[in-house]
Amino acid sequence: MKQVPPSVVLVTGVSRFLPAQLASRLAAEPSIERVLGVDTVPPPRDLLRQLGRTELVRADIRNPHIAKVISSAGVDTVVHASLSANPVGSGGRSAMKEMNVIGTMQLLAACQRAESVQRLVLKSTAAVYGASSRDPALFTEAMTPKELPSGGYAKDAAEIEGYVRGFGRRRPDVSVTMLRFTNLIGPQIETVLTRYFALPVVPTVLGYDARVQLLHEQDAVQVLERATREELPGVFNVGGAGVLMLSQAIRRAGRLPFPVPDMAVGAVDRAFRSARLADFSPEQVRFLNFGRVVDTTKLREEFGFTPRWGTVEAFDDYVTGRHLRPVIPPERVREAEQRLLTLAQTASEMREVPCQKRV
Amino acid sequence: MPEARVIPLHTDDLAERPKAVDDVGPLNGADPGADTANQDAGTAAAKDEPPAEWEAALADLLAFARRRILGDYQVDDFGFDADLTENIFIPLLRPLYKNWFRVETVGMHNVPDVGGALVVANHSGTVPLDALMTAVALYDDHPAKRHLRMLGADLLFRTPVLGSLARKSGNTLACNEDAERLLSSGELVGVWPEGFKGVGKPFADRYKLQRFGRGGFVSAALRTKTPIVPAAIVGAEEIYPKIGDLKPLARLLGLPYFPVTPTFPLLGPLGAVPLPSKWYIEFGEPIPTDEIEGDADDPLLVFNLTDQVRETIQQTLYRLLGQRRNAFLG
Repeated sequence: MKQVPPSVVLVTGVSRFLPAQLASRLAAEPSIERVLGVDTVPPPRDLLRQLGRTELVRADIRNPHIAKVISSAGVDTVVHASLSANPVGSGGRSAMKEMNVIGTMQLLAACQRAESVQRLVLKSTAAVYGASSRDPALFTEAMTPKELPSGGYAKDAAEIEGYVRGFGRRRPDVSVTMLRFTNLIGPQIETVLTRYFALPVVPTVLGYDARVQLLHEQDAVQVLERATREELPGVFNVGGAGVLMLSQAIRRAGRLPFPVPDMAVGAVDRAFRSARLADFSPEQVRFLNFGRVVDTTKLREEFGFTPRWGTVEAFDDYVTGRHLRPVIPPERVREAEQRLLTLAQTASEMREVPCQKRV
Repeated sequence: MPEARVIPLHTDDLAERPKAVDDVGPLNGADPGADTANQDAGTAAAKDEPPAEWEAALADLLAFARRRILGDYQVDDFGFDADLTENIFIPLLRPLYKNWFRVETVGMHNVPDVGGALVVANHSGTVPLDALMTAVALYDDHPAKRHLRMLGADLLFRTPVLGSLARKSGNTLACNEDAERLLSSGELVGVWPEGFKGVGKPFADRYKLQRFGRGGFVSAALRTKTPIVPAAIVGAEEIYPKIGDLKPLARLLGLPYFPVTPTFPLLGPLGAVPLPSKWYIEFGEPIPTDEIEGDADDPLLVFNLTDQVRETIQQTLYRLLGQRRNAFLG
């Protein structure tokens, strides 16, 4: 297999954190000739500053115009990282689906025509495995979900993966890498989960406790960068080592859990959605019920990458990086423990004194 | 059960039964004894030791509470919370194990101290308390204090509260992927291959092993080359004698059966108290799988091995029953 370093890279979704971080790293690499960042909206100012010599192309990947961009620049590596999980952020569910699925189809159609394209990297999600009570504890890349995701982000991702596989069959000369990320977390990135854990009172589903596997934002950027620079075709699960229970994560962040009965979840969802705080779509609720953990053996052994942050460390970095103020400060808990212990010791010493006198 | 009594398969394993019963006595008394020693520190010997023990216990308790409040504990990939299991679940089950069912274990040396092994046992009792008691037995009575990681039905994991408790106490869904992953990572795995057919069988069929599923557990052991430890549980059949089944109600509630016992639902919540039968759990000689010729995809090999395990458990059950004089006194 040829190991050609990329010279012209196109990154989609560059107005968002992860693609922007990738673009800025690639731009800092002198061996890469050009870095093209595509998005419909310009990046926010703080991200823009980091982008360096990245050429911003304000284009809609749903528009055939993207084919001209790819062919005229002679793009050899396409990183499709614009998959959005957030219906609130992208103007409603139907707009999000349009952007995710139709955008991918257009992008792939353009790539298929462009002879210059040698490598395609897709940022996908572990949500394609779904979340249910009938799943094995850990998903490997070879597993398919028991039932196809019924809607939302996971369904989009599953469809997009299908199109990318189809593209891989039609262009066997292109190396295709699909990265299934677990939930991302970190001090800077904005996701459904980072907003969720920042709520002072965190709604959970009564009677359920999910296993949550997280991936630190810096590890995610590194994995994307490695997939862009080296030829590592295949499907890879990407997640930090270890697991946090949802209830445990809420306690670690010093939040208070608010268990909601299954039946009342809809009402809570409406309240939170109108307040633009968090997403409790049926799919997200299933995730909060059962959670999802992936096997990352293939990532470590075949892809050759071990995430620096485990799930717990990534979460703690998020908590400290965001300056989340615990509702109950941990020092107070430790103090209370010490005080109770000394109290008990003095009490027992006082009881011993009269006994010794008797002896 | 006349047919059970005719089989003369006595061994010396249970010869020291009376002694074992006596052993339970001081264990029961251990806790109140420690408490009273704290209160009257009259003797010179008791003066120094008990407060230290008592303080250590309090310190442990407070440290546990702190860990729980701050979320400062480890959970494995399957969701097993060892801290919670050791400090809450097993202590809650222990009185049932020691005082109510007075469980006696035989052949604990057949369960390896380290490494993966598959414990296969008979299932009974309408409510699967036998699985919980086996888990307590392997933690309390095994020298290596082993945690039994059981494979449960998907109904369990679908149910709110129960499902998350099951995961936290180390259980996972009965599927080959999970079984092999646990066994190859050196865990002690427990399976009850009869499933609902076994646990929900009528009282008239007690101690008759049902069909052993599809033998998935055998292929998991073969693939991971881990030994199979057959276990026979006597006493669990009598805790809730199921004399009837309200099928329409079961269908309505989505349960595999809705039991009628002499006390339930007649006495309401009181009927949920299990009868205090005397239990024996015998762990048999491990069946090694690492030297078996052939592979796990050979159905005939799997069926034969499944039959061998099933037959071993059935014979052990008959032998234990033959030695038992009374279901409640042992």
